[in-house]
Amino acid sequence: MNEIIKIEQLRRTFQVGSEEVHALKGVSFTIRPGEFVSIMGASGSGKSTLLNILGCLDRPTSGEYFIDGIAVSQRTKDELSILRNRKIGFIFQSYNLLPRTSALENVELPLLYNNSVSSKERRAKAIKALEQVGLQDRMMHTPNQLSGGQQQRVAIARALVNDPVILLADEATGNLDTRTSYEIMNLFQQLNNEGKTIAFVTHEPDIAVFTNRTIQLRDGYIIRDVPVSTQSAKTALKSLLVSND
Amino acid sequence: MNIFNLFKIAYKALLRNKTRAFLTMLGIIIGISSVIAMVSLGQSSSQSINNQISSMGTNLIMVMRTSQRQGGVNIGSSNVQTLTAKDIDAIRSQAKYVSAASPLVNASGQLVNGANNWPGSVQGGNSELIAIRKYQIASGTNFTEQDVRSSAKVCIVGKTVGDNLFPNGENPLGKTIRFNKIPLKIIGVLESKGQNQMGQDQDDVVIAPYTTVQKRILAITYIHMIMASALTEETAGLATQEIETILHASHKLKPGQENDFDVRTQKEMLDMMNSVTGFLTVLLAAIASISLLVGGIGIMNIMYVTVTERIKEIGLRMSIGAKNKDILLQFLCESIILSLIGGIIGILFGLLLSYAASKGLSWPFIVSIPAVGISFLVCAATGIFFGWYPAKKAASLDPINALRYE
Repeated sequence: MNEIIKIEQLRRTFQVGSEEVHALKGVSFTIRPGEFVSIMGASGSGKSTLLNILGCLDRPTSGEYFIDGIAVSQRTKDELSILRNRKIGFIFQSYNLLPRTSALENVELPLLYNNSVSSKERRAKAIKALEQVGLQDRMMHTPNQLSGGQQQRVAIARALVNDPVILLADEATGNLDTRTSYEIMNLFQQLNNEGKTIAFVTHEPDIAVFTNRTIQLRDGYIIRDVPVSTQSAKTALKSLLVSND
Repeated sequence: MNIFNLFKIAYKALLRNKTRAFLTMLGIIIGISSVIAMVSLGQSSSQSINNQISSMGTNLIMVMRTSQRQGGVNIGSSNVQTLTAKDIDAIRSQAKYVSAASPLVNASGQLVNGANNWPGSVQGGNSELIAIRKYQIASGTNFTEQDVRSSAKVCIVGKTVGDNLFPNGENPLGKTIRFNKIPLKIIGVLESKGQNQMGQDQDDVVIAPYTTVQKRILAITYIHMIMASALTEETAGLATQEIETILHASHKLKPGQENDFDVRTQKEMLDMMNSVTGFLTVLLAAIASISLLVGGIGIMNIMYVTVTERIKEIGLRMSIGAKNKDILLQFLCESIILSLIGGIIGILFGLLLSYAASKGLSWPFIVSIPAVGISFLVCAATGIFFGWYPAKKAASLDPINALRYE
């Protein structure tokens, strides 16, 4: 098993009134362990639809999707929930943290929906995930006491806590300024170096350069799937600091 | 997801909005506490009435005059003169289940002792009246049959009358008071009995031989009422029938002709009072249940608002692995927690309220276990019933739309 994600001739058709809208018109690719893939495309290109399917939130109309070797297409809603819980870590543009809830409890949340994790393990895993994103001294802070970048780090920790096979980030830097975006990309690169597989949806080319492969969508087709000569977010951050001085 | 986690999630979600959770609970608290307080107070009042009627003796039988028609004219009951002292003799000589019987003649007027006076009434009876009315003589003596025959100008006074006519603490015994200009010598003072169930002061009483009241005060030959005691509480029914038969004969009424009197027992009074208080209790409980219903609708309303407000949260929970069932149960749990905690506080508050009220009214304090139990079940049912629909709505959200909801 050396593919985290494998999709074959994926199609997704929506019925809008009497008209059929083809959001995905036969998309195929694989993501191998340790890859850091950016999925790019203008709005309407089908990238949100693709992300929903990759995230097991939606099922394809036809074609097959395997995550970690498991066929997704014919699963029931409850089975999809379990797949999301065990295999996928979501990161959203607007963080989606529970308000008035500590960072630690926010990170613990996915494990509450997994009965095989005891409350002791849950706490330990959440602390470890927060340490991974560098927030060990902010664990008891609530979202409104954290900056945007810190909130996104909490969200990343929440995505890491169930040890997923892939992190799915949806415009994860969309709400952040350039510097904080670079910091977050630096964190993603570190996690990738530690072996995490990441799929990163963005429409910003200057963010995509920090990944090591770009899949570009247009009108429901893949128009480009190329390796990227990866830039270091750390270096970019340094040069940003210099130019600001 | 296990139950413990479920409650933890629901509990934490509620804690994030303490004020709103409390205000929602307030509806249930008010509803439950008013149901508990109303039922409990209703039962207290009926118990208190029971106690007092029993203390008067449930073997008491009263014969009243009933309204009569003479030549088509209804003359009411107060002008009926068919009840006389002869009826007492008939009852005494013929009845087997009656232990004592006394006429009752009532005259109201002003009681005077020198400069002190007091409005009151003199009740005329024979020597058995004191025993029938369950009075005790504290000092002095009862009057005798001889006093009755001679229409003696003697009386026995209750504590209230004694205190008002002799405000300086003198012993009323042996003194002479005046009632409508008739001098009456006090030969006995009654033991205090307090108020009866109607709130009447039972110590505000003067008892004299009925002949004295009839001849010297009212100048009448009939009596107002007969008071009698059945042998025991159980034979009160038999004694009632017996008295009816005897009086029917002694009043020379034809068989089948309507009685010109009405025999009542204390037990009938008791049953009547019980049915009145029972009805009142049900009525009050019904009114209180309306507030409980309103409280339940309050929960439903808030849960609806909560679901709409937390669509993004629901989307997030689904995206990290919550099943539809988990979301349904979470919201159901939240409404059950709200209604149960509200219910428990409501029960305690209601009991406190009824305790305070029953102490204030010096009624016995009764905890109605069925009312508490039913209220608790109603709380749980309210939580499930009014929480179900909003929870169902939350669970049926599509995770994609919920996540993108703004």
